[in-house]
Amino acid sequence: MLSIRKSGLQTAVQDLGRTGFQRYGVIASGVMDPFAHRIANLLAGNAETSPTLEIALSGPVIEFEADHYIAICGGDLSPSLNGEPLAMWRGHFVPKGSVLSFGEPKRGARSYLAVAGSFDVPAVMDSHSTYLRAGIGGFQGRALKNGDSLKTLPISPQRLDALKNQNSQTPDWLIPPARYHEQPIVRMMPGRQYALFNEASRLRIFEETFTVSANSDRMGYRLEGPELALEKQEELISEAVAFGSVQVPADGNPIVLLADRQTTGGYPKIGQVASVDLPLISQLKPGESLKFRYISADDAQQLYIEQEQQIRQLKIAIQMKREEWT
Amino acid sequence: MDFTFSPLSEQALVIETGTIINKESEQAVRKLSSLLEKQTPDWLVEFIPAFTTVTVFYDPCQIRQAEVEQELRLLAAHLDEVEAPTPRQIEIPVCYGGDFGPDLSFVAEHNGLTEEEVIKIHTSGVYSVHMIGFAPGFPFIGGMSEKIAAPRRKSPRLRIPERTVGIAGMQTGVYPIETPGGWQLIGRTPLRLFVPEQDIPSLLRAGDEIRFTQIDEAEYREQEAKLDAEHS
Repeated sequence: MLSIRKSGLQTAVQDLGRTGFQRYGVIASGVMDPFAHRIANLLAGNAETSPTLEIALSGPVIEFEADHYIAICGGDLSPSLNGEPLAMWRGHFVPKGSVLSFGEPKRGARSYLAVAGSFDVPAVMDSHSTYLRAGIGGFQGRALKNGDSLKTLPISPQRLDALKNQNSQTPDWLIPPARYHEQPIVRMMPGRQYALFNEASRLRIFEETFTVSANSDRMGYRLEGPELALEKQEELISEAVAFGSVQVPADGNPIVLLADRQTTGGYPKIGQVASVDLPLISQLKPGESLKFRYISADDAQQLYIEQEQQIRQLKIAIQMKREEWT
Repeated sequence: MDFTFSPLSEQALVIETGTIINKESEQAVRKLSSLLEKQTPDWLVEFIPAFTTVTVFYDPCQIRQAEVEQELRLLAAHLDEVEAPTPRQIEIPVCYGGDFGPDLSFVAEHNGLTEEEVIKIHTSGVYSVHMIGFAPGFPFIGGMSEKIAAPRRKSPRLRIPERTVGIAGMQTGVYPIETPGGWQLIGRTPLRLFVPEQDIPSLLRAGDEIRFTQIDEAEYREQEAKLDAEHS
């Protein structure tokens, strides 16, 4: 069990999202950085789909009420265990009574904490993700508060012992961390309504720098930069949007739709961020900036397939290490 | 039928059944949806129907976009053989005015009507649900009389309680969960439009035919208590 001494800015249980219910208007929710979430789970010996804790910017203080095995991946929010800096992108055995805390956000905006055995929260509509606005899923449908107790599913003492031994035998083994740049170049496909934008906008979106505004959250990142406009104003018929759709409301500032996006929208979409580059955006803090670079849907699909292969290889590598140790 | 196909992303393809909202384009959306619901090919992750589009999300590791398009074209070719699902008829009881509908008087004044006349017009229409979206279980409803149309509020409310019935322009709708919004609020229904504990978490579905009926506050309280008890 985990005791939440301090909740941090926004710490909530998430998984890979609520799939299959968007047609009823139920938003997908889920982690903002699926790659980091999946690797954290693999390192902790969980399924990639298990829930993790998504920790934003200013992290929580967590006391472990039993022996646990954990991994933290994603943005570097300066995690430490009992006051000692804790390496990310690897597994750690944490004895009962240990206290995990976070410091300055160094790079990136979100960390993912996976605990071996995973969190014991009920699935709602086949997902453990917290849907904050509807108050469902995750831990009681909300972000964690001071004093909460987050239960974990039991793992066998033998397995925990094995993990504990690995920990002391291989202190330096870790997964190469994802690179979160301060000014990333984000690959983007032309959006469904790209052709409706005026020529200047169609060029600017791929050339100029955009800055993440303070008015950004899990629903979407508002970007500031050159103003974008349609060739002629027109009302569009609402249609589905996706994780990474870049829509442009009448004020001309693009919004990148993220994990808590609505299912449908009526604003014109100038672009669609390639899935493999979504973590680059999700890990930006307000005030940081990015540039978009053109990619075709075919090439974006190829990148997706290659990344899935890499994750499969990592999974095998982690399993082989485990077998070596046991 | 002539559909167009275009990518939303590297894992989603949009089928457009028309460029305007009409019976034909909406029927096609419904038929495609019911086919996808029945056939559920392995590569299908989920789909989102809207007014004139069905967006199909697929597993990019299993199938290329060009092949998804081929398969969907095959599906679409057999659309004429599919019978559109018969519309369900659903009654939505509403307690109009008072604390539940603080903008009923505005809607009346704006249209040179009395509050009773607004209620009479709102309850005499037959409406259809175009699509579900924006919020869980939120219906985009067509068929409202223009006699009771009213512009959105200049400054949106930060909190509109769940179950509130409102008007925005030519549309009427019901808020399934507490949401900020600029609609003119005319009443409240005891029905729950978002039911997360059920297999299909939305009370309404695209294609449903609905009518609003008037209830008083006592009936509202009674029905609300009964429905909440069923789900707790």
